[in-house]
Amino acid sequence: MQTFKRLYKLTKGNRHLYLLAFLCISITVVIALIPPLIISFTLDNAIMGQEYTTFVHRIFADILGTENVRNNLWIPLVAIVTITLVRSLLGYTNNRLQALAVENIIRTMRNTIYDHLQKLPYSYHVKAQTGELIQRATSAVDNIRSFIAGQASEMMRTVLLATIALVVLFNLHPTLAVISSVALPAMFVASYIFNKRFKKAFLKQDEMEGELFETIQENLSGVRVVRAFGRSAHEMEKFSKKNDKFRGFGQALFRQRAIYWACSDFVGLGQLAAIIVFGSHFAIQGEITVGTLIIFTMYANNLIWPVRNMGRILADMGRMGVSLDRIENILDEPQETDTPGAISPSLKEDITFSGVHFSYEDNKKILNDLDFTIKNGETVAILGSTGSGKSTIVHLLLRLYEYGEGSVKIGTNELKNISKSHLRKKIGLVLQEPFLYSKTIQQNLKMAKDTVLEREILAATKTAKAHEFIESFEKKYETMLGERGVTLSGGQRQRVAIARTVIKDSDILIFDDSLSAVDTETDAQIREALKEKSEDTTTIIISQRISTLREAGRIFVMERGRITDTGIHEELIAREGLYKKIWDIQTMLEDELSNE
Amino acid sequence: MNEFEDQEYSSDFELGLWKRLFYHIREHKKLIFKIMFLFILLAVVETALPMFSAFAIDNFIVGGTLEGLPQFIALYFVVILAFCSLVFGFVLTAGKLETSIVHTIRRKGFEKLQQLSYSFYDTTPVGYIMARMTSDAQRLGDTVAWAMMELVWSLAMMLFMIIVMLVISPFLTMIVLAVMPLLFIITILFRKIMLKNQRLIRKQNSKITAAIAEGINAARTTKTLIRESKNFEEFDGLTTKMKRLSVRAAVISAAFYPIIVLIANVAVGLVVWNAGGQVLVDQISLGTMSLFLNFTMLMFEPIMQMARVFSEIQSAQASAERTIGLIDTEPDISDTPEVVEKYGSLLHPKPENWPVLQGDIVFDNVSFSYKTGEQVLENFNLHIKAGEKIALVGETGAGKSTIINLVCHFYEPTGGRILIDGVDYRKYSQILLQSNLGYVLQTPHLFSGTIKENIRYGKLEATDEEVVEAANTVNAHDFISKLEHGFDTEVGEGGSKISTGEKQLISFARAILKNPKIFVLDEATSSIDTVTEQLIQKAVDKVLKNRTSFIVAHRLSTIRSADRILVIKNGKIFEQGNHKELIKKRGYYYDLYTTQFTKEESERILNVAD
Repeated sequence: MQTFKRLYKLTKGNRHLYLLAFLCISITVVIALIPPLIISFTLDNAIMGQEYTTFVHRIFADILGTENVRNNLWIPLVAIVTITLVRSLLGYTNNRLQALAVENIIRTMRNTIYDHLQKLPYSYHVKAQTGELIQRATSAVDNIRSFIAGQASEMMRTVLLATIALVVLFNLHPTLAVISSVALPAMFVASYIFNKRFKKAFLKQDEMEGELFETIQENLSGVRVVRAFGRSAHEMEKFSKKNDKFRGFGQALFRQRAIYWACSDFVGLGQLAAIIVFGSHFAIQGEITVGTLIIFTMYANNLIWPVRNMGRILADMGRMGVSLDRIENILDEPQETDTPGAISPSLKEDITFSGVHFSYEDNKKILNDLDFTIKNGETVAILGSTGSGKSTIVHLLLRLYEYGEGSVKIGTNELKNISKSHLRKKIGLVLQEPFLYSKTIQQNLKMAKDTVLEREILAATKTAKAHEFIESFEKKYETMLGERGVTLSGGQRQRVAIARTVIKDSDILIFDDSLSAVDTETDAQIREALKEKSEDTTTIIISQRISTLREAGRIFVMERGRITDTGIHEELIAREGLYKKIWDIQTMLEDELSNE
Repeated sequence: MNEFEDQEYSSDFELGLWKRLFYHIREHKKLIFKIMFLFILLAVVETALPMFSAFAIDNFIVGGTLEGLPQFIALYFVVILAFCSLVFGFVLTAGKLETSIVHTIRRKGFEKLQQLSYSFYDTTPVGYIMARMTSDAQRLGDTVAWAMMELVWSLAMMLFMIIVMLVISPFLTMIVLAVMPLLFIITILFRKIMLKNQRLIRKQNSKITAAIAEGINAARTTKTLIRESKNFEEFDGLTTKMKRLSVRAAVISAAFYPIIVLIANVAVGLVVWNAGGQVLVDQISLGTMSLFLNFTMLMFEPIMQMARVFSEIQSAQASAERTIGLIDTEPDISDTPEVVEKYGSLLHPKPENWPVLQGDIVFDNVSFSYKTGEQVLENFNLHIKAGEKIALVGETGAGKSTIINLVCHFYEPTGGRILIDGVDYRKYSQILLQSNLGYVLQTPHLFSGTIKENIRYGKLEATDEEVVEAANTVNAHDFISKLEHGFDTEVGEGGSKISTGEKQLISFARAILKNPKIFVLDEATSSIDTVTEQLIQKAVDKVLKNRTSFIVAHRLSTIRSADRILVIKNGKIFEQGNHKELIKKRGYYYDLYTTQFTKEESERILNVAD
């Protein structure tokens, strides 16, 4: 029942379509029941000249005239064809309406999920299991779609058909009607139970299949090890075990399904046989006519198999429930929100961290009582080990994460009161692993700003030393990136990302280790160009390369969530510490050479 | 465009391809004949069933007597029982056939995958191989066991019904048959349109999936660029188009079914018209007329079935093409029959005939070029004495792995030869050489299973003591015994449950257990905690002692201690010598050293996990 409720909720906004569709189905079902009546009228009344068995027959007689039909047997033909034509048109309309409703629902569902995913907080995406998330957002929707597009309407049709058909049959001959429907509930229940069981077995089969695929996958991804160790035979054996097991299970399952099909066919056919035998008996007794018997067999045939199918559909509903759960799980995650009444001041001010503490969800202290001030227009470089908290500073500045204790101020404004979108608009950040979208280079570059002039793009790519290699591509700035296009090297990717960021007018520029894949020389050129372009822009450069850091106005050395040393390059290499250690390694060779 | 993207395969029916498929599954011939037989019987019984009601009408109702009813019921019951038994039989048998075909195809595919050379794996993405082994194989099983067999049923069913109808009334039969071609053509036509539409929908669907994937992967960058609403607009464009396509497809199939029903009912109406007239003049009986009505309606089933089956077979053709393509791929490197005769094949080795190798390696005028024609080595000569330690350095993609792959006989020289202990290694079987090979990759690949099982991969018949000893040798014993289940700890899929450094130690233990003569090591660039780092360093020293070794080197200490350094640039050996000599040269090696190695070294220090 719960699932039905949720299904109903899904139809929101499209209920009028469903209502119309329902109307069409109802009429279609009623009309579908008429041809057998016409046949029986033709046989019984027109040809055999018997009494009218139902009011419908009488209506036929009134409209068409028994004699008339007897003499013009083409009339039933035309009647049947006409009725079928109407039925076809209605059926078509129904399908069309339903398709429209279903696709509306699915489109809304997809859009909602996508939009929601985008608006989930940064922290969610950091720990999200991408593969699983994608799978959920796609196949769960597909499952729901196939259910509401196919099974749901089938169910509706069957219920309607059964109701109306039974009413007609009971009108014709109650006893025979009972005989005709006695197997239906049993069929339904049996089908439901069996299919429920199959469902479980299918799940197990899927699991086994998963294991088998995993074995193949593992073999493929480890193919070099397999070969280097000469383990082909061993792998074959491992695979065969799984392959055999999967086949065995599949065959056992088919045996059960064979039993189910044979038994349910037996019940269904037995039902029809019963109608014929008992129907003959009643016909001889004069209780029913031949035409009526034909109606009974036709209706019964139209009933029993859909009922069997319905058991299967109901058993299937569980899966749809699971899919709905999965989607709701995503949608239940709270979205990122902006502080109400947040302000959008200029960020060309000093940045002050005082006593800032921060830890991610695992409670490990990342920032530990951090204090520093960066003057407006200053260039600060940060050196630190992984986990020292240097990227966290960046995350806090863009309010991708919220700090706990302490205070961060830009000028006189507390960071928490500044609007998130304003911060992100005004702070240019190049991430360590920047993402380029599968669009052209040009489109990627234009992303940061709404309207960009050709000239600005060129200036940016020249600053980022990306212009030359872009020009070397056949399609230049129109080159597609990503799976369907060119794969850029790490350094090229970083340079495009830098260009993308410098295009927008930022009050603060941050490079989070975003020159790591660029060679030293280009690195120096980029920094030189940046300096010229944004001399009075506050700039934060995070890097592990001394040559990148050394020219900065001030260098912070970060260890375990604190700044353990600050100064200019010459000061830092004069005393023992992390900075000097790294400096030594990076200049070791020169020492070595001078020793020779 | 990637050559592995969904190719549009030819849509004509290719008999040769299916013949090839049946050749590969010929071991199931008996099952196929059995199902055909069952289906033909089934068709007979299904044809017989409607005759019972016809008989009942003529003899009991019109005849007005219940004489012979018990016999009638008994016979009816027997026929129904026969029908159900046949249903049981064919579901069981077709199920058996389906699973067997899938099993066979996967087995043959996997067997082939164990034999294909490196070059195949270099150019074929794992995903495409997986598709052939999973869904394509399944699809072929389905198609042959059900679709093709149903074709037999449809044909038999139609044939029997037509025969019965002809016997009863040729004239009425003609009327019914007149409608059939129309029905068939319309069905085929619609199928074609629908298939085309389906393709468009699938394409759009994969675009949507890609957009979702990108949305998720780009989420962080999106935030920093505040691109949310623009992205959404674009996504909405995709889903809106999808909606339009889906509705169109639905509308087409919505038109299809009513048209079929309409045609069917025209036939029914025609029968009523003509047969009714004949009943009136007592030309045919009432029962016969009802039989005709029944048959007319039953006829549509096989016709529509056939049309469906045809399009199913057609779309399964792509699966057949791909799967058979895989099974029929010839490995680039294969042992000659003489070599197999002497030393055994990959899957059936004969280790008892293998000589003991020393590890003296000679590159004699070796040239190598990829299939694409890209020349990597040209007339390359090199003599590595047994026990020598060679370091390979160069930028990523410079061709370091090509040389290693040549040594391992994963690639074969396209010119010249490689001698191992003075013998062209093509005269040894691949597995002979590879059994003497120690191999540790940069990103160590472990198989799911326990640590013990993973180490034992190096020597399947190794005792527990030997496994522990190997772990000891590489200093892995300590961390393993600290784990809750010790050597029986599950490493998880791809070794995901233990750290990279630990994985590396295990892969060292695995390699050393083999006691190889030649060692190939691709040093890790990734960061590993200091303790493990030192353990690995020590392990490397121990492992390489007295073995001919090739190291793709990243650590300064490894490079400095190598007997010889090969500096690779653009796929060629650019410089060679030991560290001191090369530094003095102030050439390419010097550049590499000042940029790449020092950078990697300091990153290692900074990235030490706490």
